[in-house]
Amino acid sequence: MSKIKLNRKKRSTDQLFFHGMLFLPVLFLFIYHFLPIPAGILMSFENFQPGKGFFGSKFVGFDNFKKLFLLPDTLPALRNTLIIAIEKIACNIVIPVGFALLLNEVRVKLLKRTVQTVTYLPYFLSWVILSGILIKFLSPGSAATSPGLFNTILLKLGIIKEAVYFLGTNSTFRQTMVVSDVWKNFGYNTIVYLAALTGIDPTLYEASAVDGAGRWKQTVHITIPGIAPFIILMTVLAIGNVLSAGFDQIFNMYNPAVYETGDIIDTLVYRLGLVNKQFSLSAAVGLLKSIVSCILVLTSYKLADKFAGYRVW
Amino acid sequence: MEMKIKKSKGRILFEVINFIIIAFLTISCLVPIINILAYSFSSSQAIIENRVSIIPQDFTLQAYKYVLSNARFWTSMKVTVLRVVFGVIVNVIMIMLVAYPLSKPDHKFHARKYYVAFMLCVMLFSGGMMPTYFIVSKTGLIDTLASLILPGAVPVFSCIVLMNFFRGVPEELEESALLDGANQFQVLSKIYLPISKPSIATVTLFALINHWNSWFDGLIYSNHTENYPMQSYLQTLVTSTSFSLEDMDVDRMLDMMNVNETNMQSAMIFISIIPLMLIYPFLQKYFTTGLTVGSVKG
Repeated sequence: MSKIKLNRKKRSTDQLFFHGMLFLPVLFLFIYHFLPIPAGILMSFENFQPGKGFFGSKFVGFDNFKKLFLLPDTLPALRNTLIIAIEKIACNIVIPVGFALLLNEVRVKLLKRTVQTVTYLPYFLSWVILSGILIKFLSPGSAATSPGLFNTILLKLGIIKEAVYFLGTNSTFRQTMVVSDVWKNFGYNTIVYLAALTGIDPTLYEASAVDGAGRWKQTVHITIPGIAPFIILMTVLAIGNVLSAGFDQIFNMYNPAVYETGDIIDTLVYRLGLVNKQFSLSAAVGLLKSIVSCILVLTSYKLADKFAGYRVW
Repeated sequence: MEMKIKKSKGRILFEVINFIIIAFLTISCLVPIINILAYSFSSSQAIIENRVSIIPQDFTLQAYKYVLSNARFWTSMKVTVLRVVFGVIVNVIMIMLVAYPLSKPDHKFHARKYYVAFMLCVMLFSGGMMPTYFIVSKTGLIDTLASLILPGAVPVFSCIVLMNFFRGVPEELEESALLDGANQFQVLSKIYLPISKPSIATVTLFALINHWNSWFDGLIYSNHTENYPMQSYLQTLVTSTSFSLEDMDVDRMLDMMNVNETNMQSAMIFISIIPLMLIYPFLQKYFTTGLTVGSVKG
């Protein structure tokens, strides 16, 4: 009897201990991640003025949302976000999968390792640093400065006749964003697929070799089906990010000349809020984005659980 | 099973093409970075004449001397070092505090599901930029070091990584310790933490890189540029789009007019990469552990 009692007592002190551990983290999350949610909802329905606070500002109903749809920047930003995000999702799957397959054919261990070490270096650098690098690398030059290395190479090879302003031309900006994003991330993404490749049962290859299957047939019938679940999982999880086209990257590389093709929802939220000081309008855009993203992420988690048995918690 | 068959012609052709593609992609990752390195060691004259590609021309340390003699660079470096040291400590403690209780099954920690629901809620739904800004401002954090640490004190994804690792720890270890009269604190510090060193190393490295690389919080939560961490300062130098609540264009104009703009910025960019290079070997060792957030049912 006493042992059970002791056990019960222990159980309840354990519970207290667990609650105690979670107190500080939950407090920080509550203040800085949870409170902004109701604050954002409040702001979206009022004409928020910092001096009057969340509860003193005037309630305006759906005015901000109406204004939002009359704003000439809203639709282009939504369109650009979707185009850039979807292109990035596709390229960030196809290229790393392809690269992993090619790298898997390399039998020299040292070469394989060196290639991996080098290709995931850009992943760890911030977009501020990479923008600093790429702005110079892609520069078309001006009266005072010479063109960057990329334009110089293209000019020397005769691929282009005059320097291209990749970051300042509407027809090239989005592609530049997609390519530079793939450039930053493909080395890192490749690792997921390489890990998946090593998980494929080697006896399958041996058996098919006995049956006379060549490399190509093995790739098509064993390797690709073997990593298909990972490809599906990564695709599904990426769907949740379709409204985030990469704020850090675009904010650091765009300029007013390419707002037409480069402005995305997140950069619009920034400009509305911190530059134009239309706090409520900015909060309203943020709220809409958050609602849609939340639905997309939940859907993607459901699908990931269904197709790949993947669970976050 | 040794393959004695000679490589076919097709196979050799494939291997050559494969090597070329891999070499091309690998080099493409390095060229822009080496290009910046070359700029940073070249004279302004060589840069203006477009003589610099991947090898420094008229080798000089002038750009580095300029950056290292700049008081603003050192101010921003100080902020960065402080935020990295305190930020990482706070992050790692918070990650452990969350991961341990939430790694317990529901029958051992009855309220677990409510905490998980809360975590999921803040993970899925974001208040957005402006509301967060005003909350940070209301809690009096503007222009303090705490504004760079407290809003991101609990990295939820890293919590999940460590939680999943804790879940893999055999239950018998805990049970026998509890039978011997150990309390939960001892179980955590004597059993769980020692065996999860690799996972803790992973989340620590993630926290470190995150703090070193963060620039946006510094930009919007600081009214005075002397509170900028290095990445925020760098951001105002290398891009043309930045905007801060305070007008700082005078400073920027002075920096922009500097004749050594290209090599000076390149030197600064390279200096900010060095610490990452130093921890790179550790990154390689540990970061793959953190790749898979969540778990796949067997």
